[in-house]
Amino acid sequence: MDIWQAVLITVITAATPLLIAALGELVVERAGVLNLGIEGMMAVGAACGFAAATLSGSSALGVLAAIAAGVALSAVFALLTLGLATNQVATGLALTIVGLGLSGLIGAGFVGTSREAIPAIRIPGLTELPGVGRLLFGQDPFVYLSLALAIAVLWFLGRSRAGLTLRSIGENHTSAHWLGLPVMQVRLLAILFGGGCAGLAGAYLSLVYTPFWSPGMTAGRGWIALALVVFASWKPLRVLFGAYLFGGATVLQLHAQAASLGFPSQVMSAFPYVATIVALVIMSAGRRKAAAAPGSLGTSFVPDR
Amino acid sequence: MRLELVPRGDVSPWARVLAPVAAVIAAVLIGGVVIAVMGRSPAAAFQVYFVDTLSESWGLQEMAVKATPLLIIAVGLSFCFRASLWNIGAEGQFIIGALVGSILPLYTAGSGAGFWVIPLALVMGALGGLAYAMIPALLRVTFGVSEILSSLMLVYVADLVLDYLVRGPWRDPKGFNFPQTVNFDATLPFLADGGRLHAGVLLGPVLVLVAWFVISRTLFGFGVRVAGEAPKAARFAGFDANRMVLAAFAISGAAAGLAGVLEVLGQIGQLKPGISSGYGFTAITVAFLGRLHPLGMVFGALVVALTVIGGESAQIALKLPLDLTRTFQGVLLMCVLAADALVSYRVRIVTMARA
Repeated sequence: MDIWQAVLITVITAATPLLIAALGELVVERAGVLNLGIEGMMAVGAACGFAAATLSGSSALGVLAAIAAGVALSAVFALLTLGLATNQVATGLALTIVGLGLSGLIGAGFVGTSREAIPAIRIPGLTELPGVGRLLFGQDPFVYLSLALAIAVLWFLGRSRAGLTLRSIGENHTSAHWLGLPVMQVRLLAILFGGGCAGLAGAYLSLVYTPFWSPGMTAGRGWIALALVVFASWKPLRVLFGAYLFGGATVLQLHAQAASLGFPSQVMSAFPYVATIVALVIMSAGRRKAAAAPGSLGTSFVPDR
Repeated sequence: MRLELVPRGDVSPWARVLAPVAAVIAAVLIGGVVIAVMGRSPAAAFQVYFVDTLSESWGLQEMAVKATPLLIIAVGLSFCFRASLWNIGAEGQFIIGALVGSILPLYTAGSGAGFWVIPLALVMGALGGLAYAMIPALLRVTFGVSEILSSLMLVYVADLVLDYLVRGPWRDPKGFNFPQTVNFDATLPFLADGGRLHAGVLLGPVLVLVAWFVISRTLFGFGVRVAGEAPKAARFAGFDANRMVLAAFAISGAAAGLAGVLEVLGQIGQLKPGISSGYGFTAITVAFLGRLHPLGMVFGALVVALTVIGGESAQIALKLPLDLTRTFQGVLLMCVLAADALVSYRVRIVTMARA
C-alpha cells in the first residue's frame, strides 16, 4: 500500500468524529438552538459505547448505547432550554461539565481494558485494488455512514419541506410561530438528533479510533466540532470540507511531532486549537457576521400564547 | 402534551434570593440518588461531603482557601455574563496569570529579595490574565470571531504553555526531572495555625465590595447591565459596544489572572502541571449560583468550595471518584438555571385535549 493512501486514510479517520458531531450540531443550530454541550455528550458517548460494547461483547450494542446516551443528555438540555427557556450558553456549559464528570464515572471501571477495533469493510476484488482500493472500499463503516449523513443533511436542509420549516424556525422563531409552525417540536427533534450524532462521534473515538477508553479522551473535539459549524458558515458541504481539512491538519501535526522538527512537542499539540482560532478569524473576517448565522441562534423562545 | 411558560407578574425579591438555595437542595438530592445508584450510602457521603468539613477549624479554613479563587474569578466573569459576553476561558487566563505572576518569584527565589516581590507579582499576574483575555476580546471586536470558541480554545493552549515551561526552561534543575519549578520564597503569609488560610483570602471580600460598587453605583456598571438586558437601548444611549467587550474581558481576565497568581503564591509555592484543577470552569457555576450578584457569589463560592473539599475527603474516606464532584457541579448549575426560570415563569402543562 503506498504512503499517500495510508496518510489519506489516517486523515479520514481523524476527520470522521468531527464530521459526525458537527453535522448534528449544524442541524441544531439551523433550528436556532446553540448547544455547547457537544464535548460532554461526546465524552459520555465514548464511555457508554465502550462500556456497553465490552460488557455485551457486541460493537453494535456499544454504538447504540452511545447514541442513546447522547440523546438522553440532549433531552435534558431540551427540557431546560425549551421547556424552561434557560440560557442556552450556560445550559450547554452545564451539560459539558455534567457529561465530562459522568463519562469519568462510567468509564472508571474500564481503564486499561482494550478490545478489537470495529474492523474496516472488505469487498473482495475492490478493496485490493492498487492505489485507491483501501481508500475507497476499505474504510470502517462509520466513514461511509458519516458521508451518507452529510448528504442526508444536505438534502434535508436544502430540498425537503421539513428542512425548510426547520430553517425558517431558526431564522425567526416568532414569525415561524405565527405562521403556525411547531417551533418547540422541531427544535426538540433537532436537539435530540444533535445529541445522537455527538454520542455516535464519541463511540467512534472509543470503539474505532483508539480503541480503548481513557479519561478526557475527547480532548476538545466537541469544541472543535462547534467551531467547524461556524467555519462552514452553517452549510453541510462546507462542514464536510472543513472536517477533512482539519483532519489533515491533525495528521500533519502528528507526523511533524514524530519527525521532531526541533519544536517543543507542546507547540505541535497546541496546533489544532490555534488552527481553529485562525480558521475562525479567516472565516469571520471575510463575511458580515449577521449574514451567515441563523437569525434566532442562541435566543430563547417563549410564545405569548 | 407540552409545557407552556406563563410569565409571573411581579416576583418578590425573596423568591429570587431563595431560588439558588432551592437549587442547591435539589442538586444535593439528585447527587444522593446518583450515589445510591452507584451502590453507596448517600447518608455517609453527605456526612463526609458537608458535615465533616463544616465542623472542623481545618475544614473551615480550607473552605475559605478554596472559595477565594472561585470567588475572584466569578466576580470578574459576572461583568462579562451580565453584558451577555461569554468568556468561558477563565481557566486559561487563570493559568497565564499564574505564569506571568510567577516570573519575579521564580527569578528571585533564593536571592533573599524582600517582601516587595509579592505585590509586584500579584499585579503582574493580573496583567497576564488581562492580556490573555484581550485575545478573544480583540478577535471579537475586530473580526467578529465568537468569543465562546476562541476563549475556550485558548484554555488548551495555556495548559500547553504551562506544560512546556515547567518541563523546559523553568524546570527545577535539582528537582529529579519532575515537571516543576523551584519552590518560591515569595509566598503569602499564613493567617492562622492548623490550616492553610493565607493572606490572599482577604482580597476576596475586598474585590466583592469593589465589584458591588462598580456594578450598582457607576455609569460603567450601568452600561454593563444595559448592554446585557437591552442591547439596543445601550446603543441608543451611546454606550460603545466594542469598548464594553474590551472592558468586560479586561476585568474578568485580570480577576482570573490574579486568582491564578494568588493560588500559586498562597497554596502551591511553585509552578507545576495541574495548578488549577478546573477553577476557571467551576467559577462559572459559582457566578450563576450567585445570580451574578457580588454578595450572592460569596454564597456560591462557599457552597461550591464545600463540594470541592468534600469531594477530596470523600475520595480518601469513601473511595468515591472525584468525577462525582464534577458531575455534581454541573447538575448544580443546571438546577440553578432551572430554579431561576421557575421563579420568572409559571409552568403549565398543556394536554392535547385542551390545546
